Amino acid sequence: MNGPVRRGAIALGLVVLAALIPYIGLHLPWVLPSTVNVVNSTGTLTVLALCFIFAGVALGYDVIFGYTGLLSLGPVMYFATGVYVFDITLTHWNWPLVPALLATFATSLVLAVVLGAIALRVSGIAFTMVTLAFAQAFYYLIEDNPHGLTGGDTGLALYSARLPAFMSGAVSNTRNLYWIALGFLVVAYAVVWLVTESATGHVFVAIRENERRLEVLGVHPFRYKLAAYTLSSLVATGGGVAYILLIGTAVPSAVASVTVTLSILIMVVLGGAGTRWGAVTGAIVYVYLQQYLLKVAAQPSFASLPAFLRVPLSQPQFLLGAIFVLFVIFVPGGVAGVVVRRRLADAARRFDASSATPTTVPLEEP
Amino acid sequence: MNVFLALTFSGVALGAIYFLAASGLSLIYGLMDILNFAHGLFMTLGAYVAWDVATHLPASWGAPLLFVIALVASVLGGALAAGLTEVVIIRPLYGRPIGQILVTIGLDLAVVGLLLGGFGSNSLSVPVPLWLIEASHVGGLSLPNSDFVALIAGVVVLVSLELFLRRTRYGITIRAGVENRDMVSALGINVGRAFTLVFVIGGAMAGLAGLLYAVVFSGDLISPTQGDSLLIFAFIVVVIGGLGSIRGSAVAALVVGLVQDYANFYLGSHPGMAEIGNLSVVLLLALVLEWRPRGLFGSTL
Repeated sequence: MNGPVRRGAIALGLVVLAALIPYIGLHLPWVLPSTVNVVNSTGTLTVLALCFIFAGVALGYDVIFGYTGLLSLGPVMYFATGVYVFDITLTHWNWPLVPALLATFATSLVLAVVLGAIALRVSGIAFTMVTLAFAQAFYYLIEDNPHGLTGGDTGLALYSARLPAFMSGAVSNTRNLYWIALGFLVVAYAVVWLVTESATGHVFVAIRENERRLEVLGVHPFRYKLAAYTLSSLVATGGGVAYILLIGTAVPSAVASVTVTLSILIMVVLGGAGTRWGAVTGAIVYVYLQQYLLKVAAQPSFASLPAFLRVPLSQPQFLLGAIFVLFVIFVPGGVAGVVVRRRLADAARRFDASSATPTTVPLEEP
Repeated sequence: MNVFLALTFSGVALGAIYFLAASGLSLIYGLMDILNFAHGLFMTLGAYVAWDVATHLPASWGAPLLFVIALVASVLGGALAAGLTEVVIIRPLYGRPIGQILVTIGLDLAVVGLLLGGFGSNSLSVPVPLWLIEASHVGGLSLPNSDFVALIAGVVVLVSLELFLRRTRYGITIRAGVENRDMVSALGINVGRAFTLVFVIGGAMAGLAGLLYAVVFSGDLISPTQGDSLLIFAFIVVVIGGLGSIRGSAVAALVVGLVQDYANFYLGSHPGMAEIGNLSVVLLLALVLEWRPRGLFGSTL
């Protein structure tokens, strides 16, 4: 089998396997992130669904950060748009599902195009800071609870009689919501794959590599940058919708604060920016680890540890932050970078072995 | 009119703190092209070191002396944290600008997580002398003494920073590096030392800003995430002022402090507008960038 077909088969196999997890009643001690050590328990399915949701969001973010090379700190704004607009239209205004979905994505589209156009007037670090400022303004707006819509700090629970029964937040529905999350990831992957492999996607990469040169060639980078920004925003909004369905409550600190943006950035960097499977892997590992560490820290035996071990180990934020720093310094390119370098080294070795005159020229640093 | 003057005064005091937080960021960016996300952490650490020192020394020394020691401790704490950061985690990444931004993000998350684990998310109270909480009467106005402290600190730092950058050899090296780093290293000057120096200076100012913000605006309370929220405004000040410009930071800090203060007072009392001060600052940023994408005093970007 050649490369693309084999990779497609592997991806299909993984999706089928993931889709079957709710039927696996296996008892697995130690490794699961929920206190019930059963693979298809509600807790584990929820964590896995959360993994898939953030994997999708991270993929979208990879389009703007990894492929196009723009360090945006705004993705949380579009995630929060998905969470809140969907929640508000259903809970407060009692809209049916489809109009609520349309309104959510339309809001996100308008926001992304308008704010993206403003932010893209500047480049480099200034762009980063402007996207951060907009996201922060959005956060303040949600905290303000205008007209009682967002619930402010207390949050807004999703409650709607118009929501189809199989989607409601009942515990018995967890596997449905799990499949919705998986479906979101598959759709996000397909969209990102189609775009990044298209001519447009190649322009994204060209912007990252050398924007000036692109301008000389007569291509206007602005339109492409806005397209990448908008695409990644819409994917984040989809993630927000899946999130509020799964979790059932929107709290600003969990869905709209800058910490969420930084987590998404970390996921992409850990996995390897600029690769699709890297972003997905990074997000799944990050979310899983975060939930798993919380579980470990909550165990009674943990309290007997001396303080200098217990305090750092009980803080996933500390552990993940520290792992991230080590990765950035020692593993540039993330997990995907390691694999790519090994593949290059293998190819070089094969080339050395096959060439008639053994060459001693070392492989040039990339 | 009196209300307006009092508001202006507290807006200027807020601006002074923003200046302390932002000028270091601006210098670091100007010289090293690093967007330093750990700057909020330096503010938080400065405040925590000050708290730690002030609460562990004997109370019999008297509150005024303890407060002066706390101020010094915040400066030293911030400077030490920043110096270590530059040497240990920034230095291995020279030549990888995105990597440098990323490690500062990771460091910020990690250490704030550690503070949350060690001290909890609840606020701690810094001991301050009584007169700091009182107000002075100047020409019919009642002005909080803490605002005076912030204002004096801001002016002293601005003047000494300008003197340092214009009159001393190191300062001139830094300014030259901001203008053209490659040329400075080509002339055989050790730019690496200047990198560490701007981090130390920036960290010292950030530590002071962290403590003063707690004293002036949050009722002497410090919390692990305080620096991060202050950092957003410092970023905004730096962009409005123009990246790399100290004078730009000073002017922008004043404007941002005043706009936030006026908006909070005149509009914030309406229902659902409690955050209008913060929102108006972001709006100001958008307007300035539409008008001057490089900021007020920015030349190159």
